Amino acid sequence: MSDKTLIVDGLTVSFAGQSVVRDLSFTLAPGRCVALVGESGSGKSVSARSLVGLTGTGAEVSARQLRFADHDLLDLSERQWRQVRGKDIGFVLQDALVSLDPLRPVGKEILEVLQTHGYGDRQQRAARVHELLELVGVPDPALRARQRPGQLSGGLRQRALIASALAMQPALVIADEPTTALDATVQAQILQVFQQIKARGASLLIISHDLAVVAQLADEVLVLRHGEVVEQGPMQQVLREPRHAYTKALLAAVPAEHPRGTRLSPQRVASTPRLVKRGLGEVLLEGRDLGKRYTGPDRRARQVVQGVSFTLHAGRTLGIVGESGSGKTTVARLALGLLTPDQGQVLYRGKTWNLPDDAIAEASRRPLRREISVIYQDPLGSFDPRWTVAQILDDALQVAGVEAPARPARIAVLLNQVRLAADLAQRRPLQLSGGQRQRVAIARAIASEPKLIICDEPVSALDVSVQAQVLDLLADLQDELGLAYLFISHDLGVIRHVSDDVLVMRHGQVVEHAPVEQLFRQPAHKYTQRLLGSVPRLPGAGTELVVPPLDLEHEAFDLFDEARLWKIAI
Amino acid sequence: MSDLILDRVQAPLRRRRRITLPPVGASLALLFLAALLLAALFPELFTHVDPLAIVPRDAFQAPSWAHWLGTDQSGRDIFARTIHGARQSLLIGVAATALSMTIAISLGLLGGLGGARVDRAVGWLLEVLFAFPSLILALLFVAVFGSGVGTLIVATGLGGAPGYARMVRGQVLAVRNAGYIEAARALGHPTSRIVLRQLLPNAMRPLVVTMTMGVGQAIVWASALSFLGLGARPPAPEWGTMLSMGRDFIASAWWLTFFPGLFIVLTTLATTVTGRFIQQRLEGRQA
Amino acid sequence: MSSATELAIADPRRERLAALGRRAVIRLGGGLLVLWAVATLTFFALRLMPGDPVLAILGGPSGNPSPETIEATRIEFGLDKPLAVQYLLYLGRLLQGDLGVSYSQHLPVTRVLAEQGGATLELTIAALLLAWVLVLLLTVITAGRGRLIGGLASLAETLSAALPHFWLGVVLLAVFAFGLRWFPPAGSDSLASLVLPAFSLAIPLAGFIAQVTRESLELTLEQPFILTARSRGLSDLAVRFRHALRHALLPGVSLSGWAIGALISGAVVCEVIFSRKGIGRQLYQAVQAQDMPLVIGISLVVAAGYVLANILVDLLYQWIDPRQQEATP
Repeated sequence: MSDKTLIVDGLTVSFAGQSVVRDLSFTLAPGRCVALVGESGSGKSVSARSLVGLTGTGAEVSARQLRFADHDLLDLSERQWRQVRGKDIGFVLQDALVSLDPLRPVGKEILEVLQTHGYGDRQQRAARVHELLELVGVPDPALRARQRPGQLSGGLRQRALIASALAMQPALVIADEPTTALDATVQAQILQVFQQIKARGASLLIISHDLAVVAQLADEVLVLRHGEVVEQGPMQQVLREPRHAYTKALLAAVPAEHPRGTRLSPQRVASTPRLVKRGLGEVLLEGRDLGKRYTGPDRRARQVVQGVSFTLHAGRTLGIVGESGSGKTTVARLALGLLTPDQGQVLYRGKTWNLPDDAIAEASRRPLRREISVIYQDPLGSFDPRWTVAQILDDALQVAGVEAPARPARIAVLLNQVRLAADLAQRRPLQLSGGQRQRVAIARAIASEPKLIICDEPVSALDVSVQAQVLDLLADLQDELGLAYLFISHDLGVIRHVSDDVLVMRHGQVVEHAPVEQLFRQPAHKYTQRLLGSVPRLPGAGTELVVPPLDLEHEAFDLFDEARLWKIAI
Repeated sequence: MSDLILDRVQAPLRRRRRITLPPVGASLALLFLAALLLAALFPELFTHVDPLAIVPRDAFQAPSWAHWLGTDQSGRDIFARTIHGARQSLLIGVAATALSMTIAISLGLLGGLGGARVDRAVGWLLEVLFAFPSLILALLFVAVFGSGVGTLIVATGLGGAPGYARMVRGQVLAVRNAGYIEAARALGHPTSRIVLRQLLPNAMRPLVVTMTMGVGQAIVWASALSFLGLGARPPAPEWGTMLSMGRDFIASAWWLTFFPGLFIVLTTLATTVTGRFIQQRLEGRQA
Repeated sequence: MSSATELAIADPRRERLAALGRRAVIRLGGGLLVLWAVATLTFFALRLMPGDPVLAILGGPSGNPSPETIEATRIEFGLDKPLAVQYLLYLGRLLQGDLGVSYSQHLPVTRVLAEQGGATLELTIAALLLAWVLVLLLTVITAGRGRLIGGLASLAETLSAALPHFWLGVVLLAVFAFGLRWFPPAGSDSLASLVLPAFSLAIPLAGFIAQVTRESLELTLEQPFILTARSRGLSDLAVRFRHALRHALLPGVSLSGWAIGALISGAVVCEVIFSRKGIGRQLYQAVQAQDMPLVIGISLVVAAGYVLANILVDLLYQWIDPRQQEATP
């Protein structure tokens, strides 16, 4: 046995003869952290799973050496693996809502680890569950242990999942995207929990798509692409002096570090950086004192949006940023006129566009609909599954009043505008990649030559480099077509990159409204300060991560799902 | 995000398997259904024997070259009767399913589109109809209107309707909440167009599968009624009726009941396999 | 979903039981309403019946009663009164548990039901339990075990789901009662006589339930929480039974509500084939004799049993999956 917890030398994993990870090597000592970073398809998760012997049937794992403590991981029987899993190696996945059994109380899940590995007697196990939940910062453990993941907020259930991995004090903790689905403030708290685990002497292997997140934890980083390590080295060195072009591209694609007007993806066409400050044009969209209540499934009414006002000028971008449950999606639907407010009003070019009590008939709104388009987070769900790309665009052009003979040519123009090859027109959205789908959605949105596009989390489901391309495309289209955007996102970096003005929402209310640079340089409201402080930054760009305290009020809002309530409301 | 990797590697394999593997079973099933349809339309293609011809000296012949599936108590050729029975059974199955579906689609659409109050009323009506197990509903119907092929179709059709109606209603409600319906509204399509061009086609698609499988089930239920002596009357060549007549001789002449039953099984099996094949094809393009 | 503002949540288990109790009460109330509608529907459907009910009472189309007898019967059964009065009288009698007198057996319908109901209940419950045992054996052991085993098991399921129970009954009878003489061909007194009818009902049903259970089990086994469970060092069987099974059972359980209906329908046929005691065979005979009070009585009792069974299935579902409770109060 050496002083290394884990020695990985030449790890290769393949499925059906096709290798998804090639020649991965690193070592891990107690109290140290190694990070595997890459986008989807990079093989990072498969590598993590091969270290707990859970790559599934059909996977072939080979390596020159694969040692954990005094076990040769290449040579373990299934029975021996079961001794190691959970006891010596703890494993944490992303999103505890699906990574913990949704039908069982979280306490039972933690208990299960203790029972499986024969920890103490019944009372000792119960005490240990309590102790573990406290350790990861879950308040009121006796009650929380008896709740199911669905009854806990994202932050609390992720803590419970981590507690279950720590139950037997494993020497190695592997975490696969442990903070991905979480709000920024909650993410900062969870990262702190991992820092504590590391400080207590455990080895940590963290897998993420986000360099900024792992920068907070890792001592060494491996950047993976298509199953190969493209760069490997000490964290600080890789961040400060990236050698490989892909690492540089990844760092360049992080929007938070790049103010408005700069490009995120490698240049394709030479376009002039948009540094000219545009003057204020016509007021396109105006929300006045908007309010919306929903009655939830428990028959309790909830004020989802309260007293929200905003103004959006032609050709500009208004960003709305907020964490889950902040009411930002409801504001988008009110602005679209798909949902009527309980109070207040929405004006479009000075005319009433949305009033309480269905006072505006949909028929009278319809002629103006072509001037306001929308892009959703999930483009696939917004396409009729029977249609090809051409049919989707044809349909949009038809509403826009384009005559049938003119449409094929217009479709070609639209595809070109969103930088898609013309031969994609005959495919169905299912056969496209995530980035291509979002481009089709954008093409549909601009088909009617709108003045305004409402973008509801349009890049949240995309990889960083794809996200960068889509954001650049949106910026180009704004320049070319003079579009205004109402841009909704939970991602402060994205909001900073795209917006002229920003609205910060929390619990249905606007807490701050300011021009983008002012907001990010001198946040006035305490919540904004906390929100900004909790965003992981790449070192060099700034400051230490400020970990906000556990905020139970926020956790409670996180529990309630705007999108689901909306479906009940129609 | 982490599942994506496994997906990327395995999805193409899985997809290829889905498209290449089913055809073996599915083509057999389709072939069988095609033959059955042919038998129903032109039974003379398969046999020239009169299914009703009584030949007393040939009674209770076991399967042989002369009589492939044997003969019954009156010496009628079972193969000929089974082939001729296809028409009756298929007719009943298809007609009953069509009736079920018509009722189900009307009620389901009414519930799914008519607003909360209508939906509640439809839901309640369905619950009342659902309180009768399908054969009991059919038996009640036969009790009121007497037996016969017409009643058999209506009784089987009525019995199946509540189940299908629930499905249609659920489907309409699900599609109504789909992202592409909201997208269509945001584009500015009028409601009538959204209903006709997107909601209905998408909601009805999975029903093609249900309907295919439903024909098999309807044949089974109709045969059950005939088997009980409440459907087609002997000596009409209908599978359920033949089974029912053969039941008295089960200890001595198994072929009287075995072969008509086998055809019911094969038909149901073929509709199930075909239905599932269609389903996979639809999913392959959709999900 | 729990409250946004009130974080102090009461004891989760007690709250769950209370919610389950509330749901049971609401569902039972709804069930009574459905039964009232069922009774009303049957009453008026019978009035639509072609022909004179009096003739049916007096022995159906074959009887040849005198006009005096017809008139006397009309008064005896209250058929001379206005429809609304007849309906109210009918409801009143129903509430008192009076389902009338069987024309063909000259016995109170309630007595026929009391004598025959037990046998049918026995048969349907035995078949349902048997079906679930077959489903569990087949799916939990074979799901997610590679294409060959999965393919074979799924073929077996599809085949059994396609078997009509009346044919299966006849075949089982021919093989195991007349051929091998293992079980009695008819009767309803011994446990041995229950075996063949129960199997002929259970096998097709097991095929149906196993199909959905296998699909949902395979989907569940791909879920992240299964991976988490494995990463804790749980054995494969423990993962299947402790985690996956509970999720996989859900569609099968909700299908069981429908299955009970199919079982009752199947019981009619099976009781006829195996000459068993039971309300299924009684119904069959009553339909043949056009014995309307008995037909209605049995239908109402079957509907009541079916509604009750569906409420139980619903509560079972809620119990297995408490998430539903929060979504629908």
